[in-house]
Amino acid sequence: MAILLAVDLAMILEKLVLIIVIVSASLLIAMYSTYAERKVAAVIQDRRGPNRAGPFGILQPLADGLKLFMKEEIIPNSSNKFLFILGPCLAMMTAMMTSAVIPWGSKVEMFGRTVELQIADINIGVLYIFGVVSMGVYGIMIGGWASNNKFSLLAAIRGASQIISYELAMGLSLIALLMLTGSLSMKTIVEQQMAPGHWWNIFYQPLGFLIFLVCAFAECNRTPFDLPEAENELNFGYHQEYSSMKLGFYLFAEYINMFISSAIMATLFFGGYDMPFVNEAALSPNIAAVIGVVALLAKVIFFIFLFMWVRWTIPRFRYDQLMNLGWKVMIPLALANMLITGGLILWLDK
Amino acid sequence: MEALTNRVKIMERKPMTFLEKIYLWNILKGMFITFKHIFKKKATISYPEQKRTFSPVWRGLQILNRDEEGRERCTACGLCAVACPSEAITMEAAERKPGEEHLYKEEKYAARYEINMLRCIFCGLCEESCPKDAVYLSETFAPSNFQRSTFIYDKNDLLIPDPKEDPEGFAKAQGNRAKKQASNIN
Repeated sequence: MAILLAVDLAMILEKLVLIIVIVSASLLIAMYSTYAERKVAAVIQDRRGPNRAGPFGILQPLADGLKLFMKEEIIPNSSNKFLFILGPCLAMMTAMMTSAVIPWGSKVEMFGRTVELQIADINIGVLYIFGVVSMGVYGIMIGGWASNNKFSLLAAIRGASQIISYELAMGLSLIALLMLTGSLSMKTIVEQQMAPGHWWNIFYQPLGFLIFLVCAFAECNRTPFDLPEAENELNFGYHQEYSSMKLGFYLFAEYINMFISSAIMATLFFGGYDMPFVNEAALSPNIAAVIGVVALLAKVIFFIFLFMWVRWTIPRFRYDQLMNLGWKVMIPLALANMLITGGLILWLDK
Repeated sequence: MEALTNRVKIMERKPMTFLEKIYLWNILKGMFITFKHIFKKKATISYPEQKRTFSPVWRGLQILNRDEEGRERCTACGLCAVACPSEAITMEAAERKPGEEHLYKEEKYAARYEINMLRCIFCGLCEESCPKDAVYLSETFAPSNFQRSTFIYDKNDLLIPDPKEDPEGFAKAQGNRAKKQASNIN
């Protein structure tokens, strides 16, 4: 009994440390994504971007955060105060929760223990992510509704319908992937891609990846699908009435979502923590883990850059175009992809 | 309607090709264009460290000139004040006393000489009207300030350093514009 308890305590401690590290790492990356976004926007538009706060402006996110904290906290009179505060909290929380099932690396041997670099390897990892991500829409919905403002409400409705439409196509594109992997656990999916003789899933599911990518853009409310916050038509949409750190939470949640969906894309389609042309099994586990984490981060950073690159390249869709693309293009394509994958699997296994 | 210029371009309204319809190819083309811009020369100048050079005809703040011996050139004739379209210049004349020959070039000088930089439109007519080579527009502009009264520049602000005491400061304050015109006159 005593031994059991001791083991559990160490386990809890290990997971606690892991959670703190991962959460603060994703906060840090989200923080610097805001800086990167401004820099990328600047260089694409032949400007220089923030370069005053610290060398190359690397203290800019801190200055921005400080500014948000210092701002006056305004809660509109006619708003529903409880929901008004709940909105940004929910957006932030759901954004953070997704990181739990992503395998950030293989395993580290430390103090005689083997630590898996994943908070929870649950066997329905992909499903869990879907559940949490679709909860994220409540942040937008509640925020828009509680503001008691036409524009916010319109934005909230747009956001909700957009996420529902694109979630479908995203799910269907993943079904084809799951038919290949036969598992919903993120860890297993990565290990399958790492196995010798097996390629990354992108080579088996290029169309599936494309659909997933487009839907990820829509889910993160990023351009060209940033209708919920359309600055020029809806006046910043659902965060119009928000100020101070509540606004900061919404903006931050967007960047965390971006980071997490980049990590999911890297994990599902680009081999996760698999470094190409390196045989991790031949290395000592700790070195392999470091290489794995670096590889995954490199892939994630590339995807974050892609998000920004697209944002500063193409303009926003019109609402009817968005719905057309979602229902009349994405879903049929995803269905066709699913059928073809299923057919091929049956044919090749015969 | 007949075209007024030869720049009119008639829009083609052909149905989209398949490549255009799938949209993705055109997005990639657009992304390639934005990617190329990353390596382009930046249009921004990092201002306080780096300053854009003014054009040779730039008209900045006025200066009151001195001659080579450091004497004030202005004789308070008032032509600049008359020429000024925005009535920014005020002056009061005074007579040179014996023993002040090293200070003022002529027998009459400006005891008070003020230019209101909020009124000034930097047209350069004062410079053109001056018969004594005394007023020039330099290559600086008025710094921002909190109070309106600070924009009324008096003789202390306008007079340039003495060439005998501070030849470098004199040359710098005089600027390219004053020298060029002075050589034309001589």
